Amino acid sequence: MTETFYDVLRRQGISRRSFLKFCSLTATSLGLGSAYAPKIAHAMETKPRTPVIWLEGLECTCCSESFIRSAHPLTKDVILSMLSLDYHVTLMAAAGHQAEKQLEEIKKKYKGNYILAVEGNPPLNEDGMFCIEGGRPFVEILKETAADAKAVIAWGACASYGCVQAAKPNPTRATPIDKVISGKPIVKVPGCPPIAEVMTGVVTYMLTFDRIPELDRQGRPKMFYGQRIHDKCYRRPHFDAGQFVEQWDDDNARKGYCLYKMGCKGPTTYNACSTVRWNDGVSFPIQSGHGCIGCSEEGFWDKGSFYDRVTDIKQFGIEANADKVGGTAAAAAGAAVAVHAAASALKKAKKSETVTGEN
Amino acid sequence: MNLNAAAASLENDPETAAGKTVYVYEGPVRLWHWINALCILVLAVSGYLIGSPLPSVSGEASANFLMGYIRFAHFAAAYVFAVGFLVRIYWAVAGNHHARQLFMLPVTDMKWWAGLIRELRWYLFLEKQPYKYVGHNPLGHLFMFLFVTVAAILMICTGFALYGEGMGLGSWQDRLFGWVIPLLGGSQATHSWHHLGMWGIVTFVILHVYAAVREDIMSRQTMISTMISGQRTFRE
Ligand code: HEM
Ligand code: HEM
Ligand code: SF4
Ligand code: SF4
Repeated sequence: MTETFYDVLRRQGISRRSFLKFCSLTATSLGLGSAYAPKIAHAMETKPRTPVIWLEGLECTCCSESFIRSAHPLTKDVILSMLSLDYHVTLMAAAGHQAEKQLEEIKKKYKGNYILAVEGNPPLNEDGMFCIEGGRPFVEILKETAADAKAVIAWGACASYGCVQAAKPNPTRATPIDKVISGKPIVKVPGCPPIAEVMTGVVTYMLTFDRIPELDRQGRPKMFYGQRIHDKCYRRPHFDAGQFVEQWDDDNARKGYCLYKMGCKGPTTYNACSTVRWNDGVSFPIQSGHGCIGCSEEGFWDKGSFYDRVTDIKQFGIEANADKVGGTAAAAAGAAVAVHAAASALKKAKKSETVTGEN
Repeated sequence: MNLNAAAASLENDPETAAGKTVYVYEGPVRLWHWINALCILVLAVSGYLIGSPLPSVSGEASANFLMGYIRFAHFAAAYVFAVGFLVRIYWAVAGNHHARQLFMLPVTDMKWWAGLIRELRWYLFLEKQPYKYVGHNPLGHLFMFLFVTVAAILMICTGFALYGEGMGLGSWQDRLFGWVIPLLGGSQATHSWHHLGMWGIVTFVILHVYAAVREDIMSRQTMISTMISGQRTFRE
């Protein structure tokens, strides 16, 4: 008999009441109306369970760390118990050959039907030797596992964009997973790490609705990455008013003014921090007085200082930014005009002299 | 035609003989020119202040809206600028052949190259006189193409892409221009390009205004009055 999610949850000792609570919570956290709660419940009671295989490549495990801190214990328990059944190097009970055997079994049994969640990315230099797992390059394991997956989740900045290990000059050639995997739907969930509730939300959506959430142009779920930090920041009224922190620890900082001038990347960063927040919704960086560093944007390590909004232009050798380059060009043009005008005036004067001289 | 023959035909063009007056810039071109100049002034000042805001104002946030007004000025001028540009493109088709100059570079025309070299030498004080032109001189033409036509397209594409971020996914700005952001490597990079574009245009304006005034005084044809009345008169 095929096992449903509900069967698994009951076996894990979760009551029907808790299960229904979970369904309504999930519906709201995904931004769906309460009418969706029964639909989720129905799906979980009738659909065969979809296993999740969670691979870890070149990474720091911050995504897993974030994930297990999901605010609502129920969500956490439910998702975790589903996950740990399958394959998650850090969380599963099995180890060594036993674990690898389990992975092979899931791949065979659920061929074309499991979800692959990837934390970290494969380094491609030296045939992938910079990341070896179970004696083999991670890139091989990744490609093999992806080949039979139904859909792939790219956790965090690492899997989505490369993150710090791919920062210039990227010695190991760490590569985002969508450059290695082809022909599979990939959901990017960027952030360093992504917010726990965003992660559980995405997994739950995929498990219950059996499809990937609606994505934006850059492959991110619209429901969590559809707006910038700046669009929902509680300091936005100070931005519009023109009230800024001018220096760390000045009076404006104490008053909680906008951090734009301190290089806040909120206006260029798509994430849910300013709505969902972190650590059970306690706070987020801007709320604790520091600008957003844009951790969920592509290549955020290579976008210049965390405390400067305009990207440095490295090609100029020295650290230049758009304002310096532009200002220099405009000033040079102005100076050239002044000198040229003086020379022209001289020439004109000489010419009229010769003209009058001839007369 | 080789370069020398081209130069000779430029020098002896009967159309530009001294004392002759030609109608060059039609009404819509002149109107567009001055509206556009005003838009760019507003866009450059407000844009700069968006990138580097004024010192903080004091008082309740709800009692102030300085950034809001600056951004409003930017977006309002941006719409006028963009619509003006579209109308100007229409006029390139509907108007006289001088109206088309702004949108194409005659890189296959030897006369154009001969004029470009002469004009460059004139600005380096190596020539006593420039040639005379009914439309734009080739050097001005080149810069107008690069820093007005190309730059306007860059500013409109990046600008509306950034505007679409605020309007949200699915807005027409996002649907028409949203593709620009991933292409340039993200939102921040789009801001940087938009910002650099401003400096490119500011540099052009400085040189353009200087050249217009200088040519008016020193060359053998009228300039500033041409952009006001549309008529160009040639001198000896
Ligand atoms: C000659 C034309 C223009 C110039 C010189 C100009 C200049 C600028 C500058 C310097 C910035 C600040 C960039 C930064 O540091 O983040 C800016 C921002 C912006 N511009 Fe323009 N711009 C022009 C045209 C446009 C157009 C056509 C639009 C279309 C609506 C537009 C929309 C925007 C938007 C949405 C922003 C970002 C505002 C914000 O972050 O609050 N701009 N512009
Ligand atoms: C006080 C400021 C300005 C003055 C005195 C001025 C003057 C002139 C003159 C005399 C011409 C005709 C050049 C010729 O006959 O070859 C011209 C053309 C032009 N100017 Fe300006 N200009 C000014 C500002 C600007 C600004 C701010 C821009 C925008 C970047 C601009 C863009 C253009 C363009 C695109 C043309 C070509 C017009 C066409 O072919 O449709 N001008 N200007
Ligand atoms: S603190 Fe950052 S995100 Fe918030 S309003 Fe200011 S610039 Fe925008
Ligand atoms: S506020 Fe910005 S830098 Fe901080 S976690 Fe959110 S997206 Fe990342």
